Amino acid sequence: MGYTKRNDGRKFDETRPIEAKAGIIKRADGSAYFKMGKTVAYAAVYGPREIHPKFLQNPTKGKLRCYYNMMPFSSVGDRVRPGANRRAKEIAMVTEKAILPVIDLSKFPNSVIDVFIELPQTDAGTRCAGICAASIALADAGILMSDMVAAVSIGRVDDKLVVDLDYSEESYEGGTVADIPMAVISRTGEISLLQMDGNLSREDLKKAVEMAKKACSKIDKIQRDALKNKYEVKK
Amino acid sequence: MGKLLVENKTIVTPGEELAEGMDFLPAEGTFRDKDKIISSGLGLVNVNGRVIKTISVSGKYIPKTGDTIIAKVTNILMSGWILDIDSAYSAVLSVKEAKDFIRRDADLTRYYNIGDYIITDIVMVTSQRLVDASMKGPGMRKLIGGRIINVNCHKVPRIIGKKGSMVSMIKNATDCSIIVGQNGVIWINGSPENEIIVVKTIKKIEQEAHISGLTERIKTFLEKETNKKINIEKVE
Repeated sequence: MGYTKRNDGRKFDETRPIEAKAGIIKRADGSAYFKMGKTVAYAAVYGPREIHPKFLQNPTKGKLRCYYNMMPFSSVGDRVRPGANRRAKEIAMVTEKAILPVIDLSKFPNSVIDVFIELPQTDAGTRCAGICAASIALADAGILMSDMVAAVSIGRVDDKLVVDLDYSEESYEGGTVADIPMAVISRTGEISLLQMDGNLSREDLKKAVEMAKKACSKIDKIQRDALKNKYEVKK
Repeated sequence: MGKLLVENKTIVTPGEELAEGMDFLPAEGTFRDKDKIISSGLGLVNVNGRVIKTISVSGKYIPKTGDTIIAKVTNILMSGWILDIDSAYSAVLSVKEAKDFIRRDADLTRYYNIGDYIITDIVMVTSQRLVDASMKGPGMRKLIGGRIINVNCHKVPRIIGKKGSMVSMIKNATDCSIIVGQNGVIWINGSPENEIIVVKTIKKIEQEAHISGLTERIKTFLEKETNKKINIEKVE
């Protein structure tokens, strides 16, 4: 039978509606809000600042430290226990590694840049939304970056490759599902995150990478506009 | 012949292509990738002849030799004071660099105690970002009374204005003494009502620093707040 029409009526290569804002948390050095359909991510960046515990100090370069947290009321199911769990730690680590290639930490020896990602509302694709928000927040915090990172998840729902799965697609029951979150460094097109849940043929994976690059270039534009809007002259 | 890809004085984001061709030279906040010049941070593009740079609009203070800053004493060592300079790194003020001669066995808290704010110069920054401060020189002193506010250190040039025009305008309008540190820490001393006006004015400058016609707007704002007529001194 196959997956002929997406649950929410999107095209197969269409992302959910995206909204992005920069500089929304006043006390943070840099911050961002990134909404992708029903998934909402806030990112706050503090630093470069003194690193604690001190044994983590590195005299040759600074450190990037990410936190990922789903709020207790964020999902439709049971209450999510806040704080670090196995999943949150893994996502924090992959977020860190997705962003690290674009950040120049050599200028901040012995210090740390803290990135806090909070998700008040989730509907699949949280790590991607988190990375997008973190990228905007880091730029907003004036951190030296060679580029920005955009992320999106590509998936196979039954027999179709689709961009930006929501929860109803991730838990599709009419067939098998594969889900591949990907982060793309915009200018160079390098991939800094690629995970896969489920299985996919080699050809499909190649197609999925191309789809991700296309979707990420759109997301990249939204991210940059969010930063520029913050400094736009209001008349 | 190279070609500019963005307009001068616009906001650019990290990784944005600024110019094409080998004629242009990358300066602060930019780098070269093959024949293109790319921005490496969020900032305002500044094209000066062949040199392209981006002036950052946000970020923590990075200590620079020769900066005059306002610092807070956070700890006392055997041989000096540790200063919080509102940056990722702290500075050290050695006993030798204090204002007056201090005997070896003297109680250092009598000079600068923990929690005191001082105006100080940065005399040296090492590659590991160890910062040395000094109180030798005119104007360096402990700050007594008044209030401290923190602003984005990248807005400090706009708060000071051309040859200090902006800050002297605020001083004249409010009769407050104001000291602006390069690290974005500002000390204000005057009557409480006037101090509040100064804080409001500085916050306004901080928010609107990148929009042209700033001096005129601040002038009307100050006139409204203080009910005084202000003459802008022409800066040559």
